Amino acid sequence: MDYALIWAVLISIAVFAYVALDGFDLGVGILFPWFREEKFRDRMVNSVAPVWDGNETWLVLGGGGLLAVFPLAYSVLMPALYMPVIAMLLGLIFRGVAFEFRFKSRANKHWWDIAFMAGSMVATFCQGIMLGAMLQGIAVTDRAYSGGWFDWLSPFTIFSGLAVCVGYALLGATWLIMKTDGQLQGRAYRIAINTAVLLIIAIAGVSMFLVSHFENVADRWLNWPTSAALWLIPFLLAGIGSGLLNALVKKREGQPYWWALGVFFIAYLGFSISIFPYLVPFEITLWEAAGPDNSLAFLLAGAVVLLPIIFFYTGYAYWVFRGKVQEGDGYHD
Amino acid sequence: MLDGLFAQADAVFLARFQFAFTIAFHIVFPAFTIGLASYLAVLEGLFLKTRNPVYQKLYRYWVKIFAVAFGMGVVSGIVLSYQFGTNWAVFSDKAGPVIGPLMGYEVLTAFFLEAGFLGIMLFGMNKVGERLHFFATLMVAFGTVLSAFWILAANSWMQTPAGFALNEQGQYIVTSWVEAIFTPSFPYRFVHMLLAAYLTTAFVVGAVGAWHLLKEKRSEVAQKMFSMAMWMALIVAPLQVFVGDLHGLNTQEYQPAKVAVMEGHFTSETQAPLYLFGWPNEETQKVDYAIKVPGLASLILKHDIDAEVTGLDAFPRDEWPPVPIVFWSFRIMVALGVLMVVLGIWSACLRWCGRLYESRALLRAAVWMGPSGFIAVLAGWIVTEVGRQPWVVYGLLRTQDAVSPIDAVGVAGSLIAFIVVYFIVFGAGAVYMIRKMASNPEHTHIPEYARVPMAAERLYHEEG
Ligand code: HDD
Ligand code: HEM
Ligand code: HEM
Repeated sequence: MDYALIWAVLISIAVFAYVALDGFDLGVGILFPWFREEKFRDRMVNSVAPVWDGNETWLVLGGGGLLAVFPLAYSVLMPALYMPVIAMLLGLIFRGVAFEFRFKSRANKHWWDIAFMAGSMVATFCQGIMLGAMLQGIAVTDRAYSGGWFDWLSPFTIFSGLAVCVGYALLGATWLIMKTDGQLQGRAYRIAINTAVLLIIAIAGVSMFLVSHFENVADRWLNWPTSAALWLIPFLLAGIGSGLLNALVKKREGQPYWWALGVFFIAYLGFSISIFPYLVPFEITLWEAAGPDNSLAFLLAGAVVLLPIIFFYTGYAYWVFRGKVQEGDGYHD
Repeated sequence: MLDGLFAQADAVFLARFQFAFTIAFHIVFPAFTIGLASYLAVLEGLFLKTRNPVYQKLYRYWVKIFAVAFGMGVVSGIVLSYQFGTNWAVFSDKAGPVIGPLMGYEVLTAFFLEAGFLGIMLFGMNKVGERLHFFATLMVAFGTVLSAFWILAANSWMQTPAGFALNEQGQYIVTSWVEAIFTPSFPYRFVHMLLAAYLTTAFVVGAVGAWHLLKEKRSEVAQKMFSMAMWMALIVAPLQVFVGDLHGLNTQEYQPAKVAVMEGHFTSETQAPLYLFGWPNEETQKVDYAIKVPGLASLILKHDIDAEVTGLDAFPRDEWPPVPIVFWSFRIMVALGVLMVVLGIWSACLRWCGRLYESRALLRAAVWMGPSGFIAVLAGWIVTEVGRQPWVVYGLLRTQDAVSPIDAVGVAGSLIAFIVVYFIVFGAGAVYMIRKMASNPEHTHIPEYARVPMAAERLYHEEG
């Protein structure tokens, strides 16, 4: 069995699960500047408070999984992305504690609001930078990172950082559409339409830039069989994008989040094709990066049994907190 | 400017400092949340069984503090799981095939479980019914214990590696997962750490109970928490001393240099003395200002006063761990352990004469012992980790060979960022927790239908 490939798929699923789940709760933080009313902010935070920890656990699975099954990729990527990784972690600290701290101190509440907002933005921006840095390629010599301190920084990575911010803002807005009503929901609709348009433009921009500037990427997109996908993906993107806009305009409150996820999925698929089978683009393939088979098999045995159970109880937790969040929700007294 | 500031400090030193700093902050929260989660499960179980509202009040009171501590535990933990890669790339590459799957199992079995049920535990009181809510609390508590299981398996493998071989890339490959998980030091470390977490929580709960009793003798809620905590001290503290002794004997077998440092033995000798106090001097290889009991170390470590105890002279100079810090951390831990036992026995005597809540001296002592668990836990980990140096994987991979190929300035920058952020964020968290602990537990609000969207929804539909 090709354990390395199975794991590459599993880790991609974990990363996508992370984007789908933490994306909306980071997005809620990014949207804070557009919701200055305290009662709105409370409601926004309460809409994600019961689930954010579980969402972030997918990030831990992504990192831990990489260490476990692709130790070489982990030990090259982390030093290469040192600064954005550390900045992301610091951002996550601020926003993670803000969930509790916001309600603990009247006097400092607005500071923790800023922490929540800025933490969410920094974490998201850094994730986008990492995505961009992966796509543009990473320098490796003898099983170790050999690039410079600022290799991750380029106009392209900054652009991809901003694009991910827009994307998460869209996920956040569509989440709020689903979980709230009234004035708050109305504003979320407007934001969702704007960010949806921006995101689709950004994805097109990133794709074009990739194909025109990076030979490695261009090669695979212009060669069979991926070139078939090349023609398929823009159509899919256009279709799903119009589905999203349609759902937003017609105010079908349950739908936009799922359409937005669809947009993410297509983009994710496209970027995965751009770098497959590299884990450290364009130096180390997933087979080269893989640890010994018995480590992969050992963890796979657990993952096969445990992931369905995790999906089950995570789904249950979401179901318990289904429906709209009301003002004054939350156990804070 | 940074260049100048860190001219002598090399990247290895800074990476070590950063790791020690971030993990020392992290362990403070698990030490508390592991114990508190179990305590909350006990409280809720007791409430469901007895219907005594005191237990419910206690639950609501501590669950708020738990939420804050848990949140800080989560965010400080995520930092660690990425730091293996950012700062210890060579270690990650080589030991990843062993450590990685263990941490992978931690995520799959423990972190998801904790996180999945935490929301229900904190916010689901009125949504799922008592039994399911109790189940959620149990799952969170169980998750914390599982988490300790896996991470300590990982750590113990680094202390006493077993069940592996090397491949041609120099990676460690597991030949037996059972041996790699249940390494010789693992059972001792796991039990010792779990008990440490329970004690840490017990002493915090006891201190909070005592503090409120000092102000309001009749508070039933405060009496209950104080009483429960003192039972823990009476039973668990002696158990911890016993387990600690076994742990030490085991360490002596597998990491003799560490024990030599803990004991301050520079030379191997028969009738080796036990140093109670002193300053181990690495230059002269003597313990200055020593207060010692002749022969006692031989007796404790070998159960024979005439047996020879291995000293540091049995090891090459470049394999010595730093002596004074291990020596002193060990004494701090043991002294606190002894004090905990004393407090437990003292409380039992007073309980027996029915004066448990009357003695102001005991209550004051309990308040002072509030942070003792945290200090002992940190001291214990310093003994374990610094005592393992210069190895990161004992006897196989040196710490200095395990770092990432990044330069000192960058690590210095991230280190400063961590220090600033941690003191701000976790400082604020500590203030919020202490403020909550200072609030009167008798006035704990039990939300009946405080936040029931479902109920609210029903009302909404009925009215409109
Ligand atoms: C003895 C227990 C223990 C020890 C030694 C450690 N941890 Fe820990 N950790 C826990 C016990 C724990 C816990 C009880 O499970 C926590 C604490 C609070 C919490 O939320 O879960 C946790 C949280 C926690 C999280 C967040 C989990 C989540 O998203 O829910 C991560 C990623 C780590 N830890 C990783 C580590 C690493 C990489 C460690 C060592 C280098 C480490 N922990 C030492
Ligand atoms: C949770 C309590 C822990 C504390 C307080 C702690 C503390 C420390 C300290 C103080 C050092 C520095 C020793 C030195 O360099 O002189 C260290 C080293 C190290 N520890 Fe731990 N540790 C803990 C748990 C763990 C666990 C569970 C793991 C792994 C699974 C681990 C992995 C390491 C590694 C890789 C090093 C080497 C880097 C270094 O020397 O700084 N530690 N730890
Ligand atoms: C007299 C009592 C005690 C003795 C003899 C004792 C013994 C030991 C020894 C020998 C070690 C180092 C083991 C190694 O690294 O191989 C250790 C570590 C440790 N101790 Fe203690 N201990 C005692 C009390 C306590 C108390 C009261 C606490 C906390 C409440 C505590 C918490 C720890 C922790 C967290 C560690 C590090 C993890 C580990 O290796 O288990 N100890 N102890």
